[in-house]
Amino acid sequence: MQGITIHKGTNCNFAATSQTLKKSVQKEAKSTLFFSTPVHIVSANAVVGNKEAQGPLKRYFRRTKEDIKMGEKNFERAEILMFDEAVRASLNEARPLVGDAQLLITGDLLNQMTTSSYVARNLDLPHLGVYSACSTYTEALSIGCVMLDGGYFDTVACATASHFATAERQFRYPLEYGCQRPPYAQWTVTAAGCCVISTKGNGPIIKSATLGKVIDFGQNDLSNMGAAMAPAALSTLSTMFKETRTTPEDYDLILTGDLGKLGSDILRDLMREEGYELGQRYSDCGCLVYSVDQNCYQGGSGAGCSASVINEFVLPRMIAGDYNRVAYLATGALMSTQSCYQGETIPCVSHGIVIERE
Amino acid sequence: MSILNGIFTYAKVFAVGGLMCALAQLLIIKTKLTPARILVIFLLAGVALEGFGIYKPINEFAQAGISVPIIGFGASLARGSIELARQVGFIGAFAGGLVRTAFGVGVAVVASYAVTLIFSPRSK
Amino acid sequence: MNAVANPIEKRNERYGKYVDSVTPKTGTAKSLWNSFWIGGITCCIAQGVGDIYALIFPNFSEDMIVNITSMTIITIAILFTGLGFYDVIARKGGAGCFLPITGFANAISSASMEFKSEGLILGTSVKMFSVVGPVVVNGIVWSTVAGILNLLILGRF
Repeated sequence: MQGITIHKGTNCNFAATSQTLKKSVQKEAKSTLFFSTPVHIVSANAVVGNKEAQGPLKRYFRRTKEDIKMGEKNFERAEILMFDEAVRASLNEARPLVGDAQLLITGDLLNQMTTSSYVARNLDLPHLGVYSACSTYTEALSIGCVMLDGGYFDTVACATASHFATAERQFRYPLEYGCQRPPYAQWTVTAAGCCVISTKGNGPIIKSATLGKVIDFGQNDLSNMGAAMAPAALSTLSTMFKETRTTPEDYDLILTGDLGKLGSDILRDLMREEGYELGQRYSDCGCLVYSVDQNCYQGGSGAGCSASVINEFVLPRMIAGDYNRVAYLATGALMSTQSCYQGETIPCVSHGIVIERE
Repeated sequence: MSILNGIFTYAKVFAVGGLMCALAQLLIIKTKLTPARILVIFLLAGVALEGFGIYKPINEFAQAGISVPIIGFGASLARGSIELARQVGFIGAFAGGLVRTAFGVGVAVVASYAVTLIFSPRSK
Repeated sequence: MNAVANPIEKRNERYGKYVDSVTPKTGTAKSLWNSFWIGGITCCIAQGVGDIYALIFPNFSEDMIVNITSMTIITIAILFTGLGFYDVIARKGGAGCFLPITGFANAISSASMEFKSEGLILGTSVKMFSVVGPVVVNGIVWSTVAGILNLLILGRF
């Protein structure tokens, strides 16, 4: 459990100021949305694979799958099964509290977002599919919050998933192909996460969302995602600090999605250059999800990585009172294998949200 | 004496084969080339060696050490192509390489197909 | 145009240099040694198989011995792939595992197994050469060129 430090927020006056901020700052805050209606995270669940269940967070994951194929006939079906289970668990948990969800916003890594659509097929709900690679979860949450804040819906479910074997096949080589990964590679997390957000009920509140710009610092190494995505996280995080008029000290936990060890070290350096010292309150979901002896190189990646860590680790600990205010930025690399073979560099995006304890 | 000779042969095979692989590994580390590109580079090296007639003496010296790495496959293709072209004219150049390497490629395709019927990929 | 592009290029170049300096490198000596001995042993096994065949079938031609030897080690490599430990060895062996002909066999069979889920016709049969295609195509093209050039040089075209 090293690397995880609990911080008690002392100067959290965000709740009091957010109303005035909304009026005074919204005009100049070009990319941050302040939600005046409190948007509660009512229920959050994740289903994770075997490797993740053996990692440092094994005590926190409640739903785990022994077999990576989960008894299905192929890996894509397994991803759908896992996704479906996570969504249904959250919907069922939220039903007695706030009633049925009225909208489903999901995304995943596969071409044409098949996993999302096949899950939504069985759920009889209006569905929006969103894609921004590994930052899909915060994108879905941001859109969900806007829907709720605008008064169009009362209850929205946001979900995302990734699966090691399906991502490997789509983005890299066949599973049994004998190739060495460079030490700066990352391991796609097998996990699905879903949370139900609502204007009713109780639970941690999403205060604001900072929508990221697409950033490209000219990186073109498909294996080195952390270095490619760190500048996107830098852009969104410094925008978030500026536009919400906060500093790193105002947060108990600043969490990026899947930069990995290398990427999060780079982000620390970049933020230092911008004049922000992240310190011990900063961590990365990719670093948290695997331990060093699991041979996962720089750590986890994938849409399910941050979704599972936020849902099963951070939110329960917020409810327990360990964290008062969390900044959560998922980062996504928006390339395809074709674009990389065509010599394009990797554009990346990062969307951030601020979650506060009720 | 023949045992000593045998040991010497295997030492040569080990050294040359190992050196080829280490060279490829060095290329990966230093240039970030993908495995596919490195395979093609070594394959073309084999074709060139055979084309210039340098491959045969190396093969006599290193035996499996040079013929098992993909260089040997390239050399085999080139040799087949050159030989058949000499026999039947230039149309032989199109078929010769395939004819000579058909044993290996054929068994690779058939065995892969058979293995696919039995096993499924796993993640470790 | 240049005035606009330059700061970004400069920034990217600077960032690229910085990333290079912090990115952990493969341990050169160790990975070279691993690929050296694993590649070497693969070649020695092939040599051994060939020598045994030469003893069993003394009246086979040298070419035939080479052919059945490569057929044997290709089959072994494919079986290893099917049983799921070729990639485990290759994680250590690196180039020692993909440069020998066994790597060629592994690339064919791994692609073939991977796409089994799309069916034997549209999956396995279509994608079998998806990894190894560059080797086969370049091999055929350039060996043909070599054959034709050889004739031209000999003046027998």
